[in-house]
Amino acid sequence: MRIALFVTCLADTLFPDVGKATVTLLERLGHEVDFPEAQTCCGQMHVNTGYQRDALPLVRRYVEVFERGYDAIVMPSGSCAGSVRHQHAMVARRCGDELLARRAEAVARRTYELSELLTDVLGVEDVGAYYPHRVTYHPTCHSLRVLRVGDRPLRLLRQVAGLELVELPDADVCCGFGGTFAVKNADTSTAMLADKMRNVLGTRAEVCTAGDSSCLMHIGGGLSRLRTGIRTVHLAEILAATRSGGVG
Amino acid sequence: MTFLGLPTAPPGVGHLRAPEPFPAAARQALADSQLRGNLRRATATIRAKRARVVGELPDWEELRAAGEEIKTATMARLDSYLEQLEEQVAARGGTVHWARDATEANAIVAGLVRDAGATEVVKVKSLATDEIGLNEALAAQGIAAYETDLAELIVQLGDDWPSHILVPAIHRNRAEIREIFLREMPDADPGLTDDPPALAEAARLHLRRKFLSARVGISGANFAIAETGTLCVVESEGNGRMCLTLPETLITVMGIEKVIPTWADLGVFLQLLPRSSTGERMNPYTSMWTGVTPGDGPRQFHLVLLDNGRTAALADATGRAALHCIRCSACLNVCPVYERVGGHAYGSVYPGPIGAVLSPQLTGVESNPTLPYASSLCGACYDVCPVKIDIPSILVELRARHVEEARHDHRVPRPEAITMAAAAWVMASGGRYQAAQRAARAGRALGRGGRIRRLPPPLAAWTSARDAPVPPAMSFRQWWRQEHQNRVDDKGGRA
Repeated sequence: MRIALFVTCLADTLFPDVGKATVTLLERLGHEVDFPEAQTCCGQMHVNTGYQRDALPLVRRYVEVFERGYDAIVMPSGSCAGSVRHQHAMVARRCGDELLARRAEAVARRTYELSELLTDVLGVEDVGAYYPHRVTYHPTCHSLRVLRVGDRPLRLLRQVAGLELVELPDADVCCGFGGTFAVKNADTSTAMLADKMRNVLGTRAEVCTAGDSSCLMHIGGGLSRLRTGIRTVHLAEILAATRSGGVG
Repeated sequence: MTFLGLPTAPPGVGHLRAPEPFPAAARQALADSQLRGNLRRATATIRAKRARVVGELPDWEELRAAGEEIKTATMARLDSYLEQLEEQVAARGGTVHWARDATEANAIVAGLVRDAGATEVVKVKSLATDEIGLNEALAAQGIAAYETDLAELIVQLGDDWPSHILVPAIHRNRAEIREIFLREMPDADPGLTDDPPALAEAARLHLRRKFLSARVGISGANFAIAETGTLCVVESEGNGRMCLTLPETLITVMGIEKVIPTWADLGVFLQLLPRSSTGERMNPYTSMWTGVTPGDGPRQFHLVLLDNGRTAALADATGRAALHCIRCSACLNVCPVYERVGGHAYGSVYPGPIGAVLSPQLTGVESNPTLPYASSLCGACYDVCPVKIDIPSILVELRARHVEEARHDHRVPRPEAITMAAAAWVMASGGRYQAAQRAARAGRALGRGGRIRRLPPPLAAWTSARDAPVPPAMSFRQWWRQEHQNRVDDKGGRA
């Protein structure tokens, strides 16, 4: 299967290991991965902050880069996949470009978040990973309630050798990131983060994982400030890890 | 400006506007640890009850879909259903009054109370009358309005504002309630304890005297059935029924969006509402009345149909779904923002997620500009809404409208608009994007021990409580180029 990686602007710039892990994992499973370098950003930050007109060129760019040549497009982010599937056509229509909206819908149908691609398209749950750590999983809001990934990430994590999965209390409650919400409503965001961190600490896990680098940056930033010693690691990095190391 | 050739509907007035920006009001609320504790306990309890009773129904999703469908179809022909309602109410001995906004509605009600020769009224819990500030308007005319819902009574006696649609005094605990009763109820027993049954008994004795003496009752309405002109109020305490049946004159103030076509439609909503709001299979009291009935109940019935910004909201294809709300408050109870800041921070009688979409639409976004941003867009509200209002999508739409209006009104763009336009300009070109990544890597200089502890504005708020990651030495795309040099094809390489 020929798979295009949309790495997301955040992972590209700040968390390259997440992109590397996604490539490593998919190639290990026998698939051809391409990274079209013309890609930039899905535009979600613009849309969710009210700047839909500014997001239009980003929607057009995503469609042009990915509409031909690939069986599937994968991204290590439930939030960006949610934006492609639920916002791109809306933005095009709001700006009066019906043709672009239809093209966006066609590309969106082949766009998957990582756990969806693995379980639904590639049909694997045991990806041959080894990760000997105590791990808790935070299901990010957009994975859960926009994409409806359900327990797909948990099914993948349960098959990882050596991994001890501990349930996160109030797992489905938002961590308080919300893009520009964390800056515009910093105090409320911090209060939400505090409760999320209390729940993470209560699990006594070594690692908190999720399918979105953005939420992990938020939770990880808080855990680091409090010097808790708990690391945040993206789901892709756990699934890419093997007994011989594996990532990158 | 006209919509379909009609003059623009007037914006809503009354208790719908935040006196201060949401982030500032939220900051104050967050500092109140008593409030946060009360809210956490109360919302967690109601959430669990709701989840239990909703889980019992195998056809819950079908019921939600039916509720959404009825509301959508009703809004599409709202004018004709309202006229049908007016005809039916009039045919059964009631009188219908139309109020364009809060000021008109208050004047109508005050006039009716004066005509009845009354200086006191008893009230059923009603958001519409809170919205229009009826109690203050009546007080200005020398008419005393007594709230009879227990929580509304606590709020009124405490000279306070409701902070929750269903549980107006959710921000108060029982010790605070005892203190309010002892201070404000002249007939309260000085030995009153903060035991809930004792508090309820004190309120009961206090209210009973009002029920028996009041000549005018004022209510809101949960539903109005167009086909027969029947009004419906659902409640838990029975105090509403006292107000609806004992006084000689009954005045109901109802938002125009509350009308539903038929009794069959009511059946759907009476299943959706109690399970979503109090977490009960059925609420204890459901009162219904049609006009006046000789020898039974009020001698006079007046229905005040309130617009107050609703027609303006109806004109927006995305936003009008907010008018489908049946005021269950399930969205408040699941909202992580509401749970932490409470209802007062929203500055409107409609708090929480539904308030963040309803209030700005009733007033116009320009006079409620921070509410559409009072959400992390986590989507929990949409999942529990009994009529499937897609609140996150409406929030996103209102933000877009706010940005467009600001762009139109300001000749000099706001700093945020410049940042967003610059980011889009950078992202729309592979070359500019990579140049920006190189600039971000300059941020490595800020890092100590793998973390950045302080960022410059506008990102300083981030590092008030969180570290920021240090940009890596190499971006993903640099790594890719290095690893896959032989495989970079022409298509991918045109950056």
